[in-house]
Amino acid sequence: MSYSILTFFDLILVLTLLSLSWHLLNSEDIFKAVVLFISFGLLMALAWVRMRAPDVALAEAALGAGLTGPLFLAALRRMNRCHKGERRLDIDENRDGDNEKKMEQPHQRS
Amino acid sequence: MKKKWNNHIRGRNPFQLLFLFLLFMLTVILAVIFCNIPEKSSVLEAGIVSMQNQSGVNSPVTAVLLNFRGYDTLLEVMVLLIAVIGVWSLTKATSFGNTADISPVQLGVVHLLTPVMCLVAAYLVWQGSHLAGGAFQGGAILGAAGVLLLVSEIPWTHAVPALVLRIGLVFGPLIFTGIALYCLWARGGLLDYPTGSAGWLILLIETTCALSIGLTLALLFAGGRPDENGSEGDIQ
Repeated sequence: MSYSILTFFDLILVLTLLSLSWHLLNSEDIFKAVVLFISFGLLMALAWVRMRAPDVALAEAALGAGLTGPLFLAALRRMNRCHKGERRLDIDENRDGDNEKKMEQPHQRS
Repeated sequence: MKKKWNNHIRGRNPFQLLFLFLLFMLTVILAVIFCNIPEKSSVLEAGIVSMQNQSGVNSPVTAVLLNFRGYDTLLEVMVLLIAVIGVWSLTKATSFGNTADISPVQLGVVHLLTPVMCLVAAYLVWQGSHLAGGAFQGGAILGAAGVLLLVSEIPWTHAVPALVLRIGLVFGPLIFTGIALYCLWARGGLLDYPTGSAGWLILLIETTCALSIGLTLALLFAGGRPDENGSEGDIQ
């Protein structure tokens, strides 16, 4: 009986993973895609556990979901700043001036 | 539906279509391979089981990663180091928001979580010798702790000297390479650990590499080289 319940769970897991990956590849909003990617990583870790590979699951949960997501978010923040017409070099040179500018306008999403 | 599909095709240039076709073929090939994988490759498993007691650790995964195929892991650690060098050569680290923006709740959570995360990381490295775990998992937890500290703008993360960060980055790879070269000199094979001391040599490699990997990941998140006098970063 438990076997069939677990199979059902696996099926839902696979379907969720597929739909998540489709949505994250298809989304126009990069921020949304990054958030979907993080949840994809967490569910992928669950899938590795189901495949009896706890080592890979640990690495996937910590690296795939925990670190790649924040890395993407940080890159997104830099991209947004570059879009505003600031060159990357400018950001580097005027770090102090940039901080003051940020104080005036509160945090953007990212 | 068909019209939409046609529009889809027309919008692409031939190279994209070729790429899509190749991608599709790759997927088909992978699926065929996946369907033909035997349930258990008895040769490999038997080989690992028969050599397990010589590897110095009880976990077959750690035995493969750090003993039988230690060279691969050495290269992986080097790849991480090179990644940081690449990021540092591109740009300087930026700061994340202002200290005033950080809510006291977040600061409290970080103060509670960071020691626990360090403990979990140490446990994962220690557990690597007999269960799931190891340098990369422990290092990733340490890196996540570093990211938390960086995001919360804990003041002392800016005061870590750049030299300390550099030494921390190369510490693990250096120990790993040193042990590999020692084995080459003493036993005639790269990473051919002396019998009997393989266990603690692996633990030493894993501990130092976990520290360096954690620092590497946190510094990748900081996203650039630190200023030479006082910098971004964290200490495990």
